[in-house]
Amino acid sequence: MKLTPQEYDAMIQKTVPPTQSGRTIPAAFLVGGLICVLGQGLTDLYLLFLPQQQASTLASVTLVFLSALFTGLGLYPKLAKFAGAGTLVPITGFSNSVTSPALEFKSEGFVLGLGAKLFTLSGPVIAYGVITSVIYGVIYYFTGLGG
Amino acid sequence: MQYFYVFLVGGAFCAIGQVLIDYTKLTPARILTSYVVAGVILGGLGVYQYLVDFAGAGATVPLTGFGNLMAQGVREAVDQYGLIGALMGGFTAGSAGLAAAILFGLLAALVFKPKDKS
Repeated sequence: MKLTPQEYDAMIQKTVPPTQSGRTIPAAFLVGGLICVLGQGLTDLYLLFLPQQQASTLASVTLVFLSALFTGLGLYPKLAKFAGAGTLVPITGFSNSVTSPALEFKSEGFVLGLGAKLFTLSGPVIAYGVITSVIYGVIYYFTGLGG
Repeated sequence: MQYFYVFLVGGAFCAIGQVLIDYTKLTPARILTSYVVAGVILGGLGVYQYLVDFAGAGATVPLTGFGNLMAQGVREAVDQYGLIGALMGGFTAGSAGLAAAILFGLLAALVFKPKDKS
C-alpha cells in the first residue's frame, strides 16, 4: 500500500503511546532539583575548609564521581528511566554520558573502544561549548560585552 | 530558604529539558549540547551570574552552569592574555569537570561490567 508522509504520520500517531507529561515533567523537576540540592549541600560542606571557587569545583567533581559510580553499578540508568531530563540536564548527566559508552565499548579495546567512545555523546557538548566560548571571547575582546 | 531556591531553579532547568524531550524531536545529545551553548551565551551576556547569585547550585549544577563557567573563564583569559585568551579560557574553566568525567568514566569502565539493558 502506498502512503503519503502525512498519512504515515497520522498512522504513527495512533500507535505510539501518548507522552505522559503529567508524570514525566514533575519527575524531572523533582529528581533534577534534588541533585542540585545535593550539589548545594556538598558546596556548603566544602566551604567549611575551602574558598568559594574550589568548594564549588569540588562539589561538581563529587557529583561527577557519584554519577560515574552509580552508572557503573547500573543504578543511574534506572533512575534515568524514572526521571528523564532530571538526570540528563545536571552535570551528573554529562558524567553519565561519558561513563556509559566507555563501559559499553571497552570490549572493543582500550584505544579505539574505550578511549574513542568515551566522547561519543560528550564530544559534541565539548566541541560546541568550546567553539561558542571562543566566539564569545573574540566578541568580548572587541566590545567588552558581559564584562 | 536558600535550598528551596536551589531546588526550584535546578528543577525548573530539568523540567524545561523534559518538555523538550516530550514535545520536540530533540535527542538527549542535542539537549545537552544546547544547554551548554545556551549557558555560554547567557554567561557571555552577563545574565547567568544573577541566577547563580540567586540559586547557587540550582544554577551551577545544570549544564547551563558549565557553559556559564566557560564564558567566565574566557573573560578572565582575555583580560589576562588579550585576544589569544579567547582560545584558552573555555577549556581552563571547564578543565576540572572534564578531567573528572574522563577519569571517573574510565575508572568505572575498568571496574564494572556492562549491565544488560532490561
